[in-house]
Amino acid sequence: MSEQEQVWMCDNCNIPLQPDKVDVAYMGNAFPVELLKCPNCGLVFIPEDLALGKMVEVEKQLEDK
Amino acid sequence: MDQKELFALEQQCIQECAPPCTAACPVHVDVRAMLAETARGDFSAALKIYQKAVPFPNILSRICDQPCQNVCRRGEIEESIAIRALERAAVNHGELPEEKKRPMPKRSGDIAVIGGGISGLTVAYDLARKGYKITIYEAGNELGGGLWKADRDYLPAEVIREDVEVIYELGVEVDLNTLIDHIHLVELRNAFDAVYIAVGPHASENFELERDEYGVIKVDPITFETSMAGVFAGGGLLWGIEMHSSVTSISEGRRAGISIDRYLQKVSVTASRVNEGPYTSCLYTDISGISPRPLIQIGDPDFGYEWHEAIQEAKRCIQCECMECVKACEYLREFGRYPRRYVREIYNNLSIVKGTRYANTFINSCSLCGLCAEICPENLDMGAVTLKARQTMVVQNRMPASAHDFGLRDMQFSNSDKFLMVRNAPGATTSDYVLFPGCQLSASSPEHVERVYGDLRGQLPDNRVGLMLGCCGAPANWAGRPDLFESILSAWHTHLQAMGNPKVILPCSSCYQVFQKHLPDVEIISLWDFFDEHGLPTEATSANRTVSIHDPCSTRYESHLQDSIRRILRRLGYQIEELPRSRERTTCCSYGGMMWLANPNLAEKVVQKRIQEGEADYVTYCAMCRDNFAGQGKRTWHILDLIYNQGSDEHGSQRGPTYSQRHENRARLKRHLLTEIWGETMDGSQPYESIRLSIAEDVQAKLEQRLILVEDIQRVIEYAERTRRRLLNRQTGHYLAYYKPTTVTYWVEYMPAEDGFTIFNAYSHRMEVPGSGPS
Ligand code: SF4
Ligand code: SF4
Ligand code: SF4
Ligand SMILES: [Zn+2]
Repeated sequence: MSEQEQVWMCDNCNIPLQPDKVDVAYMGNAFPVELLKCPNCGLVFIPEDLALGKMVEVEKQLEDK
Repeated sequence: MDQKELFALEQQCIQECAPPCTAACPVHVDVRAMLAETARGDFSAALKIYQKAVPFPNILSRICDQPCQNVCRRGEIEESIAIRALERAAVNHGELPEEKKRPMPKRSGDIAVIGGGISGLTVAYDLARKGYKITIYEAGNELGGGLWKADRDYLPAEVIREDVEVIYELGVEVDLNTLIDHIHLVELRNAFDAVYIAVGPHASENFELERDEYGVIKVDPITFETSMAGVFAGGGLLWGIEMHSSVTSISEGRRAGISIDRYLQKVSVTASRVNEGPYTSCLYTDISGISPRPLIQIGDPDFGYEWHEAIQEAKRCIQCECMECVKACEYLREFGRYPRRYVREIYNNLSIVKGTRYANTFINSCSLCGLCAEICPENLDMGAVTLKARQTMVVQNRMPASAHDFGLRDMQFSNSDKFLMVRNAPGATTSDYVLFPGCQLSASSPEHVERVYGDLRGQLPDNRVGLMLGCCGAPANWAGRPDLFESILSAWHTHLQAMGNPKVILPCSSCYQVFQKHLPDVEIISLWDFFDEHGLPTEATSANRTVSIHDPCSTRYESHLQDSIRRILRRLGYQIEELPRSRERTTCCSYGGMMWLANPNLAEKVVQKRIQEGEADYVTYCAMCRDNFAGQGKRTWHILDLIYNQGSDEHGSQRGPTYSQRHENRARLKRHLLTEIWGETMDGSQPYESIRLSIAEDVQAKLEQRLILVEDIQRVIEYAERTRRRLLNRQTGHYLAYYKPTTVTYWVEYMPAEDGFTIFNAYSHRMEVPGSGPS
């Protein structure tokens, strides 16, 4: 995370992102996930490997539940 | 699907029917499994299988009259499998493990067995193992009865004694030299809880039991009950001949044993007793491709097969099974089982209240092509089953959102203002004909649609041919959404009525199928039948080339249409090399049922399999089939390519457009036709549509695979640029923004360029995260 922390910033607020708990939801289920987030406006960052890896996995699990 | 429907479907698949050999065997030895083990050289496993059905394996493997052999399917090719000889080989070369000293069940009841022949011994064996107390009364001075009359060369005395030893081991009491007459029988009946009479053909005169006109003791053919309650009879006495068939005697003993057990347990003696004796197998096995293999001779007839001979002989077994549909359908093969199991899995999947639904992907991967129903000897249609399952899942609110979403949105696009259009010919208020090209031909070859419309207007009275653009609704049907499907159909119905009920001309066979099945009062004609009837619109140069035809699966039962295509091709100068599977046995290109969406890996295999079935280049008459085959490297033309003189190698090899281009093509087709023919302009485009993107080819391929459209990216950028909600990568200077137009959140990495934006990457997910836009 730390490298990405330094790389990505919120363009609008012009401040670096910081790790924070973010609520992610699907099909009526919500769970807190630690993501990089703009401390000011709340914009989050989901990296490609998370979106195409773990998130798809969990989506499928929830869909088959 | 309720339980009744499930059972009916399970019954329909006969894959689990016993093979003919096992069905004909009175004790139902699992010959197929036994021979499979033998073929692998595992004689002990073979023996274990044999012994499971046969209480005295050493004896029976020498004298069985093997009714199984008469029905062995190998016998239709040359000589039947030497089944008994292989059973003897199992006995000779196999070894049974020491039987584990398991605690014997103790059922209470005393049973008298009159006669120590093979039938009586079987009853004693079976019931002693259940824990009953058995006493055998044998008139002779040794157990074995009729066995002692067999040829000693085949059945030496020590074999009989050795095999029969187990009776003593089971703790059965044996009274030798004891002849029982009727007085005794009545006494026995009083002293014991049940009696089995198996005295052989000649010693039964003594018993006062009801008899038939030939003097044979009357028994119930299924339960072997006699006229005296609690007294059962079987074996040679029923047949009146010595040594008529040992395996039948064993079978009758076994069945009588079941009755006695039930009688003593006070449960129904008659309930569900089917196929206990020999019967005719319901299994279907296609043996047309099986090559002859001569019978293996036995080197030493006294000993029987040597082990290596036995292995060779066992390898002649066809291992009879059906699996016709699985052999033909890549989808059914992919999931490793067969319909009888699949329908049960589907049923379970639909009935689960809590827990994982493992069959979701299975249910959504079927192409609904109907090949299984055509091939199955019982016409089981797995497509109908999976479609119904999808409908149920939708109603239960259990359909995974991801399964068909992309396809449904594509359909929605086609039936939005972007593409939907219904027009009579310019100036006309009604039509006699209307061309309905469908969404996919319009997406793959919009130029052909324009030409066809122009040609039809040339071939028919000019202002009597209208045009209708849109999607027939097939994807809604495939997705298990009858509600959505119905509403689309009724919209077409209304449009057609307003046009004066013209005859609909259909180039796409999926549309044809939809109209024919679901809009039965609409008059339709396939474009190919039309061209075949009215002549081709072009003067074609003679091609003089050989091609193979892939009939789209939706034409399976439209032979008139398949004929028209073949006549058109010949007229264009093509020679036709039919594929091994064509016409009513044709396969799906993976577009049907949205298999390509639910299971892209399987879809690729399906296409690969199909394109390897023919050497010659392919011709087809569905745009999706064409694009799918060409997309994986098989030169394939759409019949319109050939009609319009575009049968070049390059043209046949060209990949189809990307998903984004397909939208673009449809939209442009509508815009162009409106301007050119009706002199109208389209209005009302969204602001994002004018955003210009520059996307490198490798990124484009990634987008295609990830099902991300240009318009999705445009939306993200429009939103991010308007709201400034975007991340900045300090190293690369790239922006990253995300936005959720409807159900999917798209992420786009981009940078402003001279007159638009350069796209570096895009990905998506369905989970919802904060900040993905107002919708
Ligand atoms: S026991 Fe007899 S009838 Fe049964 S399979 Fe063996 S040889 Fe055939
Ligand atoms: S070929 Fe094999 S499985 Fe088929 S009937 Fe003959 S022995 Fe049985
Ligand atoms: S073709 Fe398939 S569904 Fe039909 S009986 Fe055979 S295995 Fe079962
Ligand atoms: Zn911010």
